[in-house]
Amino acid sequence: MVAAMPIAHAQYLQVEVWRSAAAGHFQTFRVPRRENQTVLDVVTEIQREQDPTLAYRFACRVGMCGSCAMVVNGRPRWTCRTRVDVGLGTAAMLRLEPLRNFTVVKDLAVEMSAFFDKWRDAKGHFEPGPSPPRDFAVVPPASPQRQAADAGIECIGCGVCYAACDVVAWEPAYLGPAALNRAWTLVNDVRDAGSAARMEAVAAGAGCHLCHTHMSCTQFCPKGLAPTYAIAGLKRATVARALRRRP
Amino acid sequence: MTAVLFIAQRASAAVLAIAVTAHLATIIVAVRSGLSAAEVAARTHGNTALLILYSVFVLAVAVHAPIGLRNVLREWTAWRGRSLDVALGLFGVLLMVLGLRAALAVFLA
Repeated sequence: MVAAMPIAHAQYLQVEVWRSAAAGHFQTFRVPRRENQTVLDVVTEIQREQDPTLAYRFACRVGMCGSCAMVVNGRPRWTCRTRVDVGLGTAAMLRLEPLRNFTVVKDLAVEMSAFFDKWRDAKGHFEPGPSPPRDFAVVPPASPQRQAADAGIECIGCGVCYAACDVVAWEPAYLGPAALNRAWTLVNDVRDAGSAARMEAVAAGAGCHLCHTHMSCTQFCPKGLAPTYAIAGLKRATVARALRRRP
Repeated sequence: MTAVLFIAQRASAAVLAIAVTAHLATIIVAVRSGLSAAEVAARTHGNTALLILYSVFVLAVAVHAPIGLRNVLREWTAWRGRSLDVALGLFGVLLMVLGLRAALAVFLA
């Protein structure tokens, strides 16, 4: 049986894929094993060669767009940069599911608007203020604020951290690691003029103080970012702000 | 949880860290040389320092416990909104009344 064979010698992968929406089921496919195959390659091969009705999402295939995240053998991952060897771990087959904490549209495609709505709710956009400077701002790369912003700026919005977060599962209103990470980069952007409203937003009931510091977001972020530290920074900043207000 | 609740929970936890340590020390001291209620009460009766310690302890508990319980209930049940906040506010008052009553009883015993 293919699934029981050692990975190095298996010629085919047994792949269980989630089908339909929330109340769905797993469908098993048999996919030829290829060298340097990624999990996204496997999904694409199933869709093109075996079942064209399979729904999934991808765009760039090189880890830039954040479209292709799925749950691979129980762990949220960007599938375009996850080789089958890594996704398999010690298991002998692949099990692919849509991202946790999102509404499933169909099969492996999820509805991401709630996720991005929370970026908006966390004021995750640059606010130039009423009179932005006419010239380029000079921000020294070595300044603490620039370094704090740099630490979180490479987020691609893939939703892996959001799927990994237990607090989002327990409290659906929680803004989540990605939106809070984005807010922290803007709090540290010396050009930004919107931090008063931003701090108000992230200090509200569904904001940064709900975080339990489980660090799942930091463990699974495919870009190696640490939203947990961003959230800790927001906790410190919001506490300092609240104490200043109440002398 | 808002920033104010977060601060209240952390600050009360800091107070509790000291109060629990003092409480454990008090237990060890109070039970030496006889474990009967009368013997323990004889050593704690009229001790103002103990009354202050346990009053602070009780107030910290009355702040800390309802906030933590609120978080647990919000994460594990569908209970939300004003009724939850009022119920846990009352729970905090209940803890405070019962605790202060006990601390005073030990002082007066």
